[in-house]
Parts: sequence; structure tokens; C-alpha cells
Amino acid sequence: MGDGQSGPAIETSGLIKAFGDTKAVDGLDLTVPVGTVYGVLGPNGAGKTTAVRMLATLLRPDGGHARVFGHDVVREADAVRSRVSLTGQYASVDEDLTGSENLILLGRLLGHRKPAARSRADELLAAFGLSEAAGRQVKKYSGGMRRRIDIAASILNTPDLLFLDEPTTGLDPRSRSQVWEIIRAVVANGTTVLLTTQYLDEADRLAARIAVIDHGRVIAEGTPGQLKSSVGAGAVHVRLRDSNRREEAARLLGDMLHSTVTLDADPVGLTARTQSQGSETGATEQASEALGALARAGILVDDFSFGQPSLDEVFLALTDRPAEDPSDQLAEEMA
Amino acid sequence: MSSDTAAARPLTEAPTVDLSTVLARGPRPPRPSAWSASLTFGWRAVLKIKHVPEQLFDVTAFPIIMVLMFTYLFGGALAGSPGEYIQFLLPGIMVTSIVMITMYTGVGINTDIEKGVFDRFRTLPIWRPAALVGAIFGDLLRYVLSSIVILSVGLVLGYRPEGGPMGVVAGVALLIVFAFAFSWIWTMFGLLLRSEKSVMGVSMLVLMPLTFLSNVYVEPSTMPGWLQACVEVNPVTRVVSAVRTLMSGGWDTGEITWVLAASAVLVVVFGSLTMRLYNRR
Repeated sequence: MGDGQSGPAIETSGLIKAFGDTKAVDGLDLTVPVGTVYGVLGPNGAGKTTAVRMLATLLRPDGGHARVFGHDVVREADAVRSRVSLTGQYASVDEDLTGSENLILLGRLLGHRKPAARSRADELLAAFGLSEAAGRQVKKYSGGMRRRIDIAASILNTPDLLFLDEPTTGLDPRSRSQVWEIIRAVVANGTTVLLTTQYLDEADRLAARIAVIDHGRVIAEGTPGQLKSSVGAGAVHVRLRDSNRREEAARLLGDMLHSTVTLDADPVGLTARTQSQGSETGATEQASEALGALARAGILVDDFSFGQPSLDEVFLALTDRPAEDPSDQLAEEMA
Repeated sequence: MSSDTAAARPLTEAPTVDLSTVLARGPRPPRPSAWSASLTFGWRAVLKIKHVPEQLFDVTAFPIIMVLMFTYLFGGALAGSPGEYIQFLLPGIMVTSIVMITMYTGVGINTDIEKGVFDRFRTLPIWRPAALVGAIFGDLLRYVLSSIVILSVGLVLGYRPEGGPMGVVAGVALLIVFAFAFSWIWTMFGLLLRSEKSVMGVSMLVLMPLTFLSNVYVEPSTMPGWLQACVEVNPVTRVVSAVRTLMSGGWDTGEITWVLAASAVLVVVFGSLTMRLYNRR
């Protein structure tokens, strides 16, 4: 915005960062257009946070290049810093200070005089529904309030580029949708947002484009629509009454939906992807027909859900293996 | 996208967020000067003391114990009586206590940097050392507080400085300058070491010999020759000599110059090492 450049907000090529023997980021190529939300989707340990920290000038890359609004993140770090804000995965505010003190502190550091910093803090606290909590220490805030004060701190001077590193992880649904609303408002105002997330539905709701990353590199990139059609329109999750009939149910669902069926770690659970492309009927119709077929075959279903593919399913489709999340490994060990 | 918004809406009953008024894109204020950014971080340190006053326990209780313990432990044996010994001991024990509590600067930086807030500070377009300089400014306040506590205890125990208020203020001021410079050793270790515990461990390893192998407790002339040599090159000895002279009404240009020069060297060497580590993290 405003500097006459028409280039992308972020451009990286072959970006590398290694910690010891592990390459957290291993040849990352990204191009993030100005003025939109760009989603970076990946499991824990995929290198999302490391990539964001390099782009926000907090970490020095071991190889490759990264430019933010045309400025090199290493050689022109100060120029980058004047245009970006970061809301990290962990509260990027001082937990010992009150909400109001935090915002005044940052206002002062951004060059506002004391009265201006104070009135800007009050304004932001009101807009984020935190006026009542203004005088309380941030460590006493709920998860959702912490996120809001954190984002408020990031837009104290409206940045041209805002990094949001897993802003909704661990939030309750209401706080989550509040954060989504904030992100939409910030983008509508002209700020570019780089959003990392583990949730496909979050990236789908907010992002104009999504990059899926794994082992520090991009394994798929495109609009949410392109990504979902490469993965399947949705997934039917079914929990059976009787685990002995799971194989039979899997065959039936596979025939009905013309797709592969995966057996969940849960001994009575299974998941089938639906395809909307090249099919007369929509994914929901297919799903309900498939459930009907189970009922006709006398297989009792305790519970079912139909939803967008999870990150695991995206990964399964893109890499033929599930996302490597520590909790998944634990589930496998326990199974 | 619009249908998603509608679906999400019923969930956000309570505080709705209206950002239309706060997302102004007016001209930005100019970047603050190095001095003003450092002072702002100093203000942060003061706010932290206000919210967590327990942290002052270290800088008040510890010096009191030091003064009482050594005055009564050694007083009778070394100077005939605790009252006479404290005339000799107090400036030295003050230097020892303040130099010892400089290590909390490193502990503070170490715990601070583990939290996300330093990530934000490091992404701000400000003078880079400001966050650390400001933290040390906050620590200076503790050093002053600690000096006042020690002096008060000393006065109660019978310490009577010949230099009067002026001499005492000059002595404390010189000590604070040295403590500011010395703190940069701990900011370096605070950034270098992994945990608060290892910062503590290293600091004790450095501080114990530095404060005990000095002229704080006894005259070096009573020591074996090789030890005198060690004591002579110990910077704490020089600081103690300078402060002791000032507080007893004298003025030792040589020692004062030495302390100021040593302070400058400490800031340059450990300040730049600290900033290297800070930028690398």
C-alpha cells in the first residue's frame, strides 16, 4: 500500500532454516499477493512457525531469499519491521502488565506521545471488547481475551502485513469466530494477512489462497476450491455399533461413494471421502445415500458426521500418508 | 465466503468486535529516539516491579542479611568490635551486594526472552538495544533501593561515614555506574544460556571468587603475597577502594578513573556480545 510497488507482499525462494540436523524449513517457495489472506496450512512441526519467524526478521535464514514488500528480510530488516506486525503462537504481550499498559507501552515504542498512546489504547480496548479488563494483568485473561489483546497490539499502527501464527489454536468456538471477524475486518482495510493454521476449514473460510506445507516445503498451492477438489469435496465419518462389521461397512461405503475408505484408530470408526467432481449428484446426496445403504444392510450406526476434509485427509490425499502430528503417533502407538 | 459469515454469526453474541473506527491508516508517528525507547522499556521494568513487588525481596532482604552476618561474624575478631568493623566493612559490603544482585538482570532477561513478548519487541522498528538497556535501567532502580537499605542498616549498626551525605551519594553513584556496566555480562549470559538455573549457576561461579578475593572483608596486606596479587587485579577491589575513599570524604582520582574506564570497557565488550546474541536469536 502506498509505496508505488506492484510486487507481491511476500516472496521467498529456496528458503532454508536448519536446527542441528533437522531442516525445519527446506526450500520454501512462496508468493503472497498484496491485500488478501494467505493461508499456510500444515501439521505441527511442518515448519510454519519457523517460516513466519524468518519473514518477521526474528530468525536468520540459512539459505535462500525472502523479501517482504521488496525488502530483503536480512539486509533490510528495519524496513521490513516498519511494515509488519506479528501475533505469535504464544502471547506476544507482557503477561505481568495490564491490557492497557501493554498497549500504551507499544504505542510509545511506535513513536506516539504519552497522551496519544493512551487514547489509542483506550480506543483499541473498546473496539476489542476489553474495556472492562483494561486494568487487569494479561495473565488473568481468558484465552480468547489474550488473543484479542495480542491482535490489538499488532494493529496499533495498522501494519501493511500482519503475521498470525495459529491465532485460533486452543480457542473456544466463540472466540474463534471473533478472531475470524477481526481478520476479515483487517483485510478489508487493506492489510495483507499471512495466516498459519492446522485447520483446513479455517483456511477455507478466510484465505484467498492456501499453501499446504510439509517437512518445510510447499506440497500444494492454490485457491481453497482447487485444493479441496484435489482432495475430495468432503468426508463422511461413521461410528458403528459393532466393530466386527467394520470391514463390511467399509466395502459398502467404498462402492457407494467410489472412493477409498480409511479405518480410523477408533475400532468402530471409519472415514470415506466423497467426490463432487464428475458426478451428477452432490456430495451431501451421495453421503445420505451411502448411510441409507448401511441401514438397509442392517449395520447399525451410532453416530455420523459429514464435513470438509480434515487436515489429515488433505495430507492423505496429497502425500498418501497422514499428517505427522505427535498426538497421531500416540494414537497409533496405543492402537 | 458470505454464507460462512452468516453461519459464524450466531456464535458471536457477546462482545462484538467493531474495528471500523480503529483501523485508521493515518500518517505514522516518527520512530522514537534511542533514548526515549530505552526509557519506555525502563518504564516497563518499573511497572513489573509494581505488579510483582515480591521480586524486590532479593534486593532488600539479601543485603540486610549480608550486612548483619559479616558485621557480627567477623567484627569482634577482625576489628575488636562490630561497631569498629562496620566503618571498614560497609562500603565494601555495599559493593559486594550490588555486584551480586546484578546477576538478576541476566535471570530476568532469560525468563523474559522465553516468553513471546520479546518476539514482538524484536519486530519493532526501534533502536535494537533499547529493550535491554531499558531492562537495566529498571535494575538500576533496584540497585539504588538496595544501597539505601544497606546504608540504613549500617547507620543503625553505628556506621558513620566521614564523607557526609555528599561523599555517600558520590560513592553510591560511582557504584551504580559500575553496576550498570557489569550488568551487561549477565545480559550476555541471559541470552547465551538455556535456563534460569544455568544463569544462576554461572553467576555464582563468577561472583563468589570475585567478591571474596577482594579487599571487602580484610586488608589485603594480611594475605599471602600470591593472593595479594590476585586481589590487586580484581576489579571489585578497585571499585571498593574508590567507593570507600569517597564515602570517607576522600577523592582518589586514579581509582575513580580506573573504575570509569573499566565500566566503559565492560559496556563495549559485553554490550556488543549481548547485541550479537540478541540479533541471532
